[in-house]
Amino acid sequence: MIVEIGHYALVLALALAIVQGVVPLAGALRRDVALMAMARPAAVMQFLLVGISFGALTYAYVVSDFSVVNVFENSHSLKPLVYKFSGVWGNHEGSMLLWVLILALFGATVAVFSHGMPDDLRALVLAVQSWIAAAFLFFVLLTSNPFARLIPAPLEGRDLNPLLQDPGLAIHPPLLYVGYVGFSITFSFAAAALISGRIDAAWARYVRPWTLAAWIFLTLGIAMGSYWAYYTLGWGGFWFWDPVENASLMPWLAGTALLHSAAVMEKRDALKIWTIFLAILAFSLSLLGTFLVRSGVLTSVHSFATDPQRGVFILAILVFFIGGSLALFAFRASALKPGGIFAPVSREGALVLNNLLLTTCCATVFVGTLYPLALEAMTGEKISVGAPFFNLTFGPLFIPIILAMPIGQMLAWKRGDFFGAAQRLVLATAIGAGGALVLYALRGGPVAAPLLSGLALYLIIGSFVEIAGRIGGRGKSLSVIIARAIGLPRSAWGTAFAHAGIGLTLFGLAATGWGVERVITARVGEPIAVGPYEVSIRSLEPRLGSNYQELVAHTSISEGGAVLAEIDPSRRSFTTRSMVRTEAGIATIGMGQVYMNLADVRADGTLDLRLYWKPYVALIWIGALIMALGGFLSLSDRRLRIGIAKRAAARASVSGQAQAAE
Amino acid sequence: MRFVLALALALLPSLAGAVQPDEILKDSALESRARDISSELRCLVCQNQSIDDSDAALARDLRLIVRERLQAGDSDSQVRAFVVARYGDFILLKPPFKMETLLLWLAPGMVLLGGAGALVLFARRRRAPAAPEQLSANEAAKLAALLKDENAR
Repeated sequence: MIVEIGHYALVLALALAIVQGVVPLAGALRRDVALMAMARPAAVMQFLLVGISFGALTYAYVVSDFSVVNVFENSHSLKPLVYKFSGVWGNHEGSMLLWVLILALFGATVAVFSHGMPDDLRALVLAVQSWIAAAFLFFVLLTSNPFARLIPAPLEGRDLNPLLQDPGLAIHPPLLYVGYVGFSITFSFAAAALISGRIDAAWARYVRPWTLAAWIFLTLGIAMGSYWAYYTLGWGGFWFWDPVENASLMPWLAGTALLHSAAVMEKRDALKIWTIFLAILAFSLSLLGTFLVRSGVLTSVHSFATDPQRGVFILAILVFFIGGSLALFAFRASALKPGGIFAPVSREGALVLNNLLLTTCCATVFVGTLYPLALEAMTGEKISVGAPFFNLTFGPLFIPIILAMPIGQMLAWKRGDFFGAAQRLVLATAIGAGGALVLYALRGGPVAAPLLSGLALYLIIGSFVEIAGRIGGRGKSLSVIIARAIGLPRSAWGTAFAHAGIGLTLFGLAATGWGVERVITARVGEPIAVGPYEVSIRSLEPRLGSNYQELVAHTSISEGGAVLAEIDPSRRSFTTRSMVRTEAGIATIGMGQVYMNLADVRADGTLDLRLYWKPYVALIWIGALIMALGGFLSLSDRRLRIGIAKRAAARASVSGQAQAAE
Repeated sequence: MRFVLALALALLPSLAGAVQPDEILKDSALESRARDISSELRCLVCQNQSIDDSDAALARDLRLIVRERLQAGDSDSQVRAFVVARYGDFILLKPPFKMETLLLWLAPGMVLLGGAGALVLFARRRRAPAAPEQLSANEAAKLAALLKDENAR
């Protein structure tokens, strides 16, 4: 019964979404306040309905209702509870339902938190958002119904793919989806602006928090996915330039470019056409990512069961929204008046350079990902485009971005002083160059490692030079510095942290060049040297999990005789699917990690091991966390909390009048 | 008994295999060349992995072939040519530079130059009408009067 309620709620949500897509739009075009006012309650209700639907599916998973095909195919009564929850989106149907849920969530959030936004803009945004929701609700109901029944109900389910039975599944897809789908709101804002024809700095200000939020979650989602791959796949790889990874990287690059160009639009009323275009592009790339993952046109480690019919459906959605918005864009863009003028060397100029390089990076990833597909379709010839291609092309494009980042922060709006900025970066440059030399002397390794880590140091220090200049100064007391630091706009801190986060990630990436790998056969008790440490397996122990059995190798890591850490790498055998999965043992020492994988257990009692010492590797993901922190700081900037700032101002003026009256 | 069972289960082929200890060559210079080559060769039966990362049986065979050729004294490019002759360009994760891949390899540069060119054109076009219009004689007289007024004050 509950399952049917869920199904029904989904159908209702579709009906409501269609109404919400039409009525407020008509209201906005006819300036009818009553029709426009329908958008807000409809958006909230749509979210509730999809929420009920999602809750019903979750319920079916938790109680292991195997009369639901989806639950039967992807769950098992003995599966730990946390994976019963996260297993809801560990399959195609459930993950599409999560997609729609987040889409509706964003719509509802706009409906609730949009005080001070013009009524017609809100109505248009919610209407466009609802078209997207309607399209995907159609998709779920027609091709991917998660509520389909199976009669007679089997006694036991087929269990979730063991690779997905991991805390990573609970965190990675929701974060990534919030990021992906978050760009739907910026898209809706762009479409609304194009429909109404009002595109100004105020628009950029409304849209910025949403872009930031989507960007933060996408950053975290990508980082989480990368760490998941790192600890699961058994050899410590964290980025493979896999088509599906590329599909998430493209919206990230476009979204990063969008954040920066929207800043120009907000401050200087320039780059309007370009900003709107990027807003459309970021979501289009999200849709493309969904298409690539769901259709199976590209082979990837991420594919769930794929079905060409679904691919065609998503392709139709893709063509409709991208084509429609670009047509609207072409129709309106020529009417836009260019705004503020600026010199090439200026904050605006730097941000334009940022946009040029980021979009080139994005285009490179796009071409590299889709080229094999296009070539095969046209000539029948099969080629592979893998990591070596992307490292060769993407890498050189990203280096100028990093070099320019601290300089851009230092340039003034309208007209900047390049040499002044460069002069203030002398210290950062010196530390970067010195650091590279010292690291080369200490660690040697491939030349790229010290060079890139030097570049990373330059960026980390350089990110804070601008702030240091604003809060510090000769002879300033500590209390003044602290007061100034607190008084600085949070967005300035946000920029600094986000840029420094990129530096940290880059340092972690560079340091992989100093990693040590050992692939060996060893016995229990035999000491093995890995980098500066000694690893030794103390004992083997078989253990029983709820739906698996495992062999654990209790292992200690020591340096100079002193034990630093204990790890328990294991091999798990999942009975239902008769699959074996290895659990790597990872010990974080400083910022580096000792990584051990039990590749094989031989009949004679020897073990095949893959052992790694990866110095500074944790910085890759810590950097991403710092980037997200920068995003949050920016998001908490008071000028973005429009409603709050306005209310405070109103209160101030009221009390001012009261005083005047006295 | 449980230990035996767990051991038996653990002996099942694993998901994560990649390079196995018995494959590794004694000559470390040769081995590191073998690793470099195999990280750029695609595992043909896997989704999207290099043979260096893959645990598939075919990937292992290919890794062994690479090492055999290296031990026989082949250069890196000879080894690559050897596998390409057998499996075609599809096996190279770094596609060769030729007619069919021209656009692929040139795309980043073309986008960058095209974008930069468009920016320069755009900036020029904007600067042209930005030149201030001349005041008409009437306006100039008015302005002079206003300024005189201002100075007199």
